[in-house]
Amino acid sequence: MNRIHQKLQENKKILSIYFTAGYPALDDTIEIIQGLESSGVDLIEIGLPFSDPLADGPTIQESSTAALKNGMTTEILFEQLKDIRKTVSIPLIIMGYFNPILQYGVENFCKKCQDIGIDGLIIPDLPVDVYNDEYRSIFEKYGLINVFLITPQTSDERIRFIDSVSAGFIYMVSSASVTGAKTGFGKEQQSYFERIAEMNLTNPQIVGFGISNSETFNQATKSAKGAIIGSAFIKHLTNHGTENISDFITKIR
Amino acid sequence: MSYNANSKGYYGEFGGAYIPEMLYPNCEELRQNYIIIMQEASFKEEFEQLLKDYVGRPTPLYFAERLSKKYNTKIYLKREDLCHTGAHKVNNTIGQILMAKRLGKNRIIAETGAGQHGVATATVCALMGIKCVVYMGEIDIERQAPNVARMKMLGAEVRPAKSGSRTLKDATNEAIRDWINNPVDTHYIIGSVVGPHPYPDMVARFQAIISEEIKWQLKEKEGRENPDYVVACVGGGSNAAGAYYHFLDNENVGIIAVEAAGKGIDSGESAATSALGKVGIIHGSKTLLMQTADGQITEPYSISAGLDYPGVGPMHAHLFKSGRGEFISITDNAAMEAGLMISKLEGIIPAIESSHAFAILEERKFNADDIVVINLSGRGDKDLNTYIDHFNL
Repeated sequence: MNRIHQKLQENKKILSIYFTAGYPALDDTIEIIQGLESSGVDLIEIGLPFSDPLADGPTIQESSTAALKNGMTTEILFEQLKDIRKTVSIPLIIMGYFNPILQYGVENFCKKCQDIGIDGLIIPDLPVDVYNDEYRSIFEKYGLINVFLITPQTSDERIRFIDSVSAGFIYMVSSASVTGAKTGFGKEQQSYFERIAEMNLTNPQIVGFGISNSETFNQATKSAKGAIIGSAFIKHLTNHGTENISDFITKIR
Repeated sequence: MSYNANSKGYYGEFGGAYIPEMLYPNCEELRQNYIIIMQEASFKEEFEQLLKDYVGRPTPLYFAERLSKKYNTKIYLKREDLCHTGAHKVNNTIGQILMAKRLGKNRIIAETGAGQHGVATATVCALMGIKCVVYMGEIDIERQAPNVARMKMLGAEVRPAKSGSRTLKDATNEAIRDWINNPVDTHYIIGSVVGPHPYPDMVARFQAIISEEIKWQLKEKEGRENPDYVVACVGGGSNAAGAYYHFLDNENVGIIAVEAAGKGIDSGESAATSALGKVGIIHGSKTLLMQTADGQITEPYSISAGLDYPGVGPMHAHLFKSGRGEFISITDNAAMEAGLMISKLEGIIPAIESSHAFAILEERKFNADDIVVINLSGRGDKDLNTYIDHFNL
């Protein structure tokens, strides 16, 4: 059974953390992953940096630019991660834009993920329709869960379709925004959270975008299974380095 | 073989809509409506009226006698340089502003490199009284001060793109991010035949007026609708798409695309995507693009700000891959010389983009009885400083 499925079955709210691989320093990847696991994080999204991250706000853009400048590549990330399963057991997801994966070769990429022990992928600019028609069988062959996004503007019909193609959880984007743009949730988000909860989807939902502290984490997970923090954690790394990860995590819950 | 987009926006293997889910509702709304709206009688009437009375269409198809004599072939220039705002860009912005109005949008965003598309967008927004925000790379803002001033005079807000390399591709990223943040009231006027479906097809259809006019104008002058060759420069490729559009399916018409070689194909400072690009995804479209082995998009270079885009529109990628189009790349120096040559020979100072198209005459020989139409996409006023610096005028 995939580690993501096991984790989702636990009777607790999921805290997922995103970080950009290769930032702050090229070789921080393993230390950050280990630090997150020992701080009690449930799931980790390892960001594969891209030169043109369309769906991301300034914080993740800057960390991506810095990571690329530090020399991060797909090959180097895989090399860093090759022994990760000797020390880390929580689910690991790689999040990245489609072009670098396409250049690596989608099947090669998926195979490498399986070899390492990566559990899933989030590829924001690979649309669910294209995935379903062209790539689904490859992902399934290598036991990878592909995670799709929904937003407040996504129609019920399309949410049902995304739910039917999904096999782990749904990444619920909290508001119409890029990452790191807003913090806190208003009435609009609350009613969106409730609308989705009432749909009784097959896949649990994990909320992302706009979560930065325990207050927003608790709001987001009132009806959803979990929440993802990205930009706020990257800011923490920028300000405090990789040594005090638990300080950040323990304040969330 | 078809050279137009299919219903999913693919030209052969190129095109599609590789967009984050946040953009899906916007693109889907446009996809479902654009052809229906463009076919409405009231839309056509308003579009044609504005092209005629506001843009100044039809633009002349001019027989360049001295140029023809010099190169011993029959050369016609399609005078898009005479359009209001100085280039073909306004054909598309007129079309899209009317589209935006019909979709009930009250805010316009656009990206711009050299500022030509930004000016054309700010112009139509002023015309319609609609709020306009133009994203422009911080570096381009410094380089293109007169166009920034024009946009401001026209009432647009120019926002600097400060991310990445701070040029056109980053301005495009910022515009897309703005659209993600404003999904309901905003229409994004993309300036070229790039971006996710339906943009490449929609922009090509708006620019298709260029080849539509060439057909009847050539019929009047030569008694035949089809030239032997149509030549256009390609950055993203909107003027080329418009010039080729009605000739795509007629294989007797040769299609010649001219890219910017910059300082030379192998110099590391080039924008010749067909020579240097590989299949990949840029700004929501699968196309040929310049990138590292690792899939990071690289920064192109050309002396012409309108040609330094790291990709080409999916239509052009398909024309290249299928062999339907002949692709030639021209260096900065050759383009500048051609610009000076046209100025002296025909009394027309071309935009440096268009100068690239003229430069092929030095290396690509045509028969004496060939009819060659060169799309003169814009005028050179905006490039005066570059010409001055290059030739120490």
